[in-house]
Amino acid sequence: MKNKLTGLPKPVKILLWVLLALFAYALPLLEPPIISTPGVDFGGVLFTVSIYCLVALGLNIVVGYAGLLDLGYVGFYAIGAYTVAILTSFHANWPLLLAIPVGVVAAMVSGVLLGAPTLRVRGDYLAIVTLGFGEIIRLVAVNTEWLGDTRGIKNIAKPPSLGGEEGWFQLPHLFWGDGTVLLDTEDKTKFLFFGVLDQIPYYWMGLTAVIIVLLADILIKNSRVGRAWEATREDEDAAELMGVPTFKFKLLAFATGAFVGGLAGGLYASRQGFINPQSFLLLFSILYLAAVVVGGQGNRWGVLVGATLVAYLPQRFREFDDFRVLVFGLALVVLATVRPQGLLPPRRTVRAKKLEHELEELEEGTGEEENAHA
Amino acid sequence: MNFEFLFNNLPELTITGLAFGAIYALVALGYTMVYGVLQLINFAHSEVFMYGTFAMLWTVMALNGAEADGVKLIAILIAALFASMLMSAVIALILERVAYRPLIKRDAPRLIALISAIGASFVLAELMGLRDKVAEWLGLDDNFSEYVSGARINNSMAGVLEKPRFEVAGVSISSIDVIVIVAAVGMMILLDQFVRRSRLGKGIRATAQDPETASLMGVNPTRTIQVTFLIGGIMAGIAAFLYMLKIETTRFDVGFLLGVKAFTAAVLGGIGNLRGALLGGLVLGVAENWGSALFGTEWRDVIAFVLLVLILLVRPTGLLGESLGKARA
Repeated sequence: MKNKLTGLPKPVKILLWVLLALFAYALPLLEPPIISTPGVDFGGVLFTVSIYCLVALGLNIVVGYAGLLDLGYVGFYAIGAYTVAILTSFHANWPLLLAIPVGVVAAMVSGVLLGAPTLRVRGDYLAIVTLGFGEIIRLVAVNTEWLGDTRGIKNIAKPPSLGGEEGWFQLPHLFWGDGTVLLDTEDKTKFLFFGVLDQIPYYWMGLTAVIIVLLADILIKNSRVGRAWEATREDEDAAELMGVPTFKFKLLAFATGAFVGGLAGGLYASRQGFINPQSFLLLFSILYLAAVVVGGQGNRWGVLVGATLVAYLPQRFREFDDFRVLVFGLALVVLATVRPQGLLPPRRTVRAKKLEHELEELEEGTGEEENAHA
Repeated sequence: MNFEFLFNNLPELTITGLAFGAIYALVALGYTMVYGVLQLINFAHSEVFMYGTFAMLWTVMALNGAEADGVKLIAILIAALFASMLMSAVIALILERVAYRPLIKRDAPRLIALISAIGASFVLAELMGLRDKVAEWLGLDDNFSEYVSGARINNSMAGVLEKPRFEVAGVSISSIDVIVIVAAVGMMILLDQFVRRSRLGKGIRATAQDPETASLMGVNPTRTIQVTFLIGGIMAGIAAFLYMLKIETTRFDVGFLLGVKAFTAAVLGGIGNLRGALLGGLVLGVAENWGSALFGTEWRDVIAFVLLVLILLVRPTGLLGESLGKARA
């Protein structure tokens, strides 16, 4: 299956990817039976999924590629969201399209400011410092009048609607009856009208951002920068000796991750229209990290799968509302013990593991053979 | 900034700070010992502490502690101390068995151990948080309402204990603070001596330095790790008891912030170093209390984290972290 797919000629592969993307865009209009969420707005759920995917892609650069354990990622997300909120409603009236880049840059700058002094410490120390950073950001938001303290910020700007109140044109949804599929002409989505009721245009916005970040991710991973990150992750000292300025690249990873996190935060704030410090609890940092690790850190597709699961499952199974954190915790423990490499580990990790195993066998004189002779 | 308030109340603020710090230090021990042996953050240790606070609360309620006084009250408190030690120790051992041992056996990456710990932490906290839901299903509401209802609100045992204050040289001191500080520091000294002198303690130290050589020298690593968790659990139980004496309220998520603070204390002192944990805890407690007098109580938690970042910048190994660093090198 896998070989067949990779063996296809390039135009066919591109066509397949385009089809997949089109399907992703059309998903909320199709409302497929089992997947769509009863009782919760499907478009809204998909938007959440797209934001989690964005966040996971960003965090994957930090944790998966560069191997820096970041437990305060929600801090960057919060900075993006708060910058957008302040600039569009609380202290100024900027248009959203201007505020989001500023928010992204603010998050990136904070990434550099946090990283420059702290990236000297390694491993768990870094984890706890970043955790502290995330909490500092949240507590400052809670205690600062200028940031709306615990009440938060309301009336954050929405993206500009194209084509006025009705949108450019309207798209009907599908309706799945008992064994029949009908075109529901009552329920229409206005194309690129960003209102309160219909969440689907926001999902399209989020999905577009995910695709752009994904393409950038592929380019950067295959570049010198991506290889330098992986070298730093595998063995920092060896990388340094081979002439990789590891500190610079770690800082770059931090800034890039923060960039994507800030973007996700800005988009989230704009969709929500309202934020308060409750949206940026440490729990979310941990959920994001879980999304990355569950999928298989370092593998962008795995990370997307992990983010989708973490964002989607609790929404789909609302019946278990009270128990979802419990079930989520159990799932983490079980997954960690059963599949320590994540659902889709990156190919390089699998290869390295196999090689290590073979070397070990060679060194120890292959115990199995000796047993066979004895 | 309220400098005047800080300077006028410096002795009182220091003593309350030390009492908080002593509790942080006891919890920090659990982190620091597990980190020393396994090199991983035992993220679920805060839940071990949380279960201890509930064990204390339930024991006092079950024995009608609110109506007792004199010798009877002391007996009840001793029973509660043992209950919370037992509870925390059991939770810590279960944690080791379920969330860590399978991973250690498979030699899993360390990030995965962290994820497993986070998962276990969620499970433990939610199990406590959901107990009224479960009680509703089982119909336990009538007989056990005190124990099973309202896990998500503050569970209080206020008023069980009078808190007499006395004056020394014009400084008013709460007797609870003194008890907390003396008990915690006493336990730390005992533990320090245990780890330094006893056979088990030597085994723990040997495993922390070089697990492979230690096991060649006849130290059973599995058992050592178990003992480490057991001691960490007992210390968290004592911390939970002292915490309930001082704060008197608990809820299912009480462990989180305290766990983060205790871990901060462990890192502050130099993680893996027992004396460092005590020093880190006390420094953190006092700094927090002074800081909240200076900037206002709402900034209390920020101070802890800012202090952590600052210390790590100046001394990346923590205050007393050097000895461990040398041993590893």
